[in-house]
Amino acid sequence: MGFATFAFYMFSTVAVISGFLVIFARNPVHSVLWLILAFFSAAGLFVLLGAEFVAMLMLIVYVGAVAVLFLFVVMMLDVDFAELKAGMAKYLPVGLLIGLVLLIQLGFAFGAWEVTDEMLSMRQAVTPAPEVTENTAALGMLIYTRYVFLFQVAGLILLVAMIGAIVLTLRHREGVKRQSVVSQMYRDPKEAVELLDIKPGQGA
Amino acid sequence: MLGQDLSIIAPELLLVLYAAAALMAGAYSPRDISRQVLWASCGLLVVVGLWVGFQSGEAQYAFHGSFVSDGFARFSKVLILFGSAATLALSVEFLERNNLLKYEYPILIVLSVVGMMIMVSASDLIVLYLGLELQSLALYVVASFRRDSLKSTEAGLKYFVLGALSSGLLLYGASLTYGFSGTTDFAGISAVIGDDQLSLGLIFGLVFLAAGMAFKVSAAPFHMWTPDVYEGSPTPVTAFFATAPKVAAAAMLARVMFDIFGGVVSDWQQILALLAVASMFVGAVAAIGQTNIKRLMAYSSIGHMGFALTGLAAGTEEGARSLLIYLAIYVTTNIGVFAFILNMERDGKPVTDISSLGQYSSVHPARAAALAALMFSLAGVPPLVGFFGKFFVLQAAVNAGLVWLAVLAVIASVISAFYYLRIVRLMYFGTAVEPLDGKMPMVHGALLAVSSLAMVIGVFNLFGIDDVAALAAATLVQ
Repeated sequence: MGFATFAFYMFSTVAVISGFLVIFARNPVHSVLWLILAFFSAAGLFVLLGAEFVAMLMLIVYVGAVAVLFLFVVMMLDVDFAELKAGMAKYLPVGLLIGLVLLIQLGFAFGAWEVTDEMLSMRQAVTPAPEVTENTAALGMLIYTRYVFLFQVAGLILLVAMIGAIVLTLRHREGVKRQSVVSQMYRDPKEAVELLDIKPGQGA
Repeated sequence: MLGQDLSIIAPELLLVLYAAAALMAGAYSPRDISRQVLWASCGLLVVVGLWVGFQSGEAQYAFHGSFVSDGFARFSKVLILFGSAATLALSVEFLERNNLLKYEYPILIVLSVVGMMIMVSASDLIVLYLGLELQSLALYVVASFRRDSLKSTEAGLKYFVLGALSSGLLLYGASLTYGFSGTTDFAGISAVIGDDQLSLGLIFGLVFLAAGMAFKVSAAPFHMWTPDVYEGSPTPVTAFFATAPKVAAAAMLARVMFDIFGGVVSDWQQILALLAVASMFVGAVAAIGQTNIKRLMAYSSIGHMGFALTGLAAGTEEGARSLLIYLAIYVTTNIGVFAFILNMERDGKPVTDISSLGQYSSVHPARAAALAALMFSLAGVPPLVGFFGKFFVLQAAVNAGLVWLAVLAVIASVISAFYYLRIVRLMYFGTAVEPLDGKMPMVHGALLAVSSLAMVIGVFNLFGIDDVAALAAATLVQ
């Protein structure tokens, strides 16, 4: 058994086990930590496939940003997970039934899967040959050259999402006191402090 | 190469650049320029509509065949652009009165129009999906535009959740189709399918794609969101929902069916026929009990989409032509109806109850007559234009051998006539109520008049739209 095979089995076993533990861990913070482990193993699998750029992205984007964000959300927000899970028992049988039916149907569909040569060649037609181009360059060529239109439209969708978030949540509140540095600096003791001569036994 | 590609998407590009510029202007202008942005957007949509309308020539492909500009796309785009320009023009007064006029509103509408134009021009599954998401995301936002109203927020949330679900179905279908054919390109998939039997995997792909798109055209049994979203959204937004997005979704459905699965018509014919029958009957029966005119129009749009799908189910060039004619008539009629609904007011408050129209003819005879013409047309009463829309659809279905579908369509049409004619009866013979006193702005009056006159005058030659639609359909069905 070569090293690559050993590494494959190790990474995939860890990925599957940690995936299960994400669901079964009682403490949500532990779930997120298991999720991070699952991402790490998936990144290892990508390296084995020769997609080192995707592996690095996986670590940077998913572990570095998304998982840490999850962690913050879970720790900051007081989400009652026990309450969320309470509804589960009620819907579990129906959900399982639907899932089972879907699984069987999909089994039929995939059972009849024929991989024709035509299909494989079509799928490879758009990708640059891996022997010639390294995969970072290949991804760049696909995303920024061949599919540049899609890339731009995706950017437009994010723009709409941003406009939408602002339109629906931004409120210009009246009567909110905000700090104004300039007016603070120009504050003058002569105007700010007033000396009153208060006689004993009387208010100001 | 890129230059040529860009020249093909020039209309879309112009709208996007305009949206970006208007956004900057709105954000940095010291004054409130919402009104100006709205009218500028409206004008630009009309200009681009004319530009696209006067384009001609062969189908042009851009970006490695993932974007196509052919007669069918151009016809749909003109409908979309003019429809959204009209609804935008209708929305000014209502938004202003309800303190909703923000410069983002027209910009979101323009961006969603760009999404729709990409949808109808898509020739690749990824382009189709991205166009769809662009338009939907903007629509979710405008649905909940009145953010201090519980109903509007509910409408936006409901639309968002169900829209996300339907996008999921669509994506699943797209991924199955890709998995079994090896390409996302419409022409490529169609070449893999050929003329023989669909493989089981591709049938799954087809069903999921059809279900996802049926959500977007609000065809039964995927129509549940429609009444709530129509009722909850601000009325100008409802007017917009009832026109341009419907055209875009129906045209996209037609393109997917003909361009990808054009060789296996019998496989999707049954799906569409079922959707059509269900929609027509849900639209006809469920609308009878409605008292809110916006909900009524929602069920009416479900029913009308059923008719449009009947034409598509024929699976022939004639069917595609009848679909386009039907959509054009539907959009024109709806603009008129919503120009009326937007002015149903009493003491400055919008009224949506149907019974408030009692004896309306004695208060505003001209408006009542216009609405009556529109309602007769929606019901498909001859000799108004709406009748011809239905006639072409039924003719296409009968010629394609779907006599049973045509018979069911006629029955549904008769049932639905009941609630359209009930409105007319209320206006002329109903019990008098405290009259509606909304003033009608000139633009609304003009659009209502144009729309209702078109229903009457159009009977002579349908303004030549049937010939244009025939040419457009010919480019889709080869």
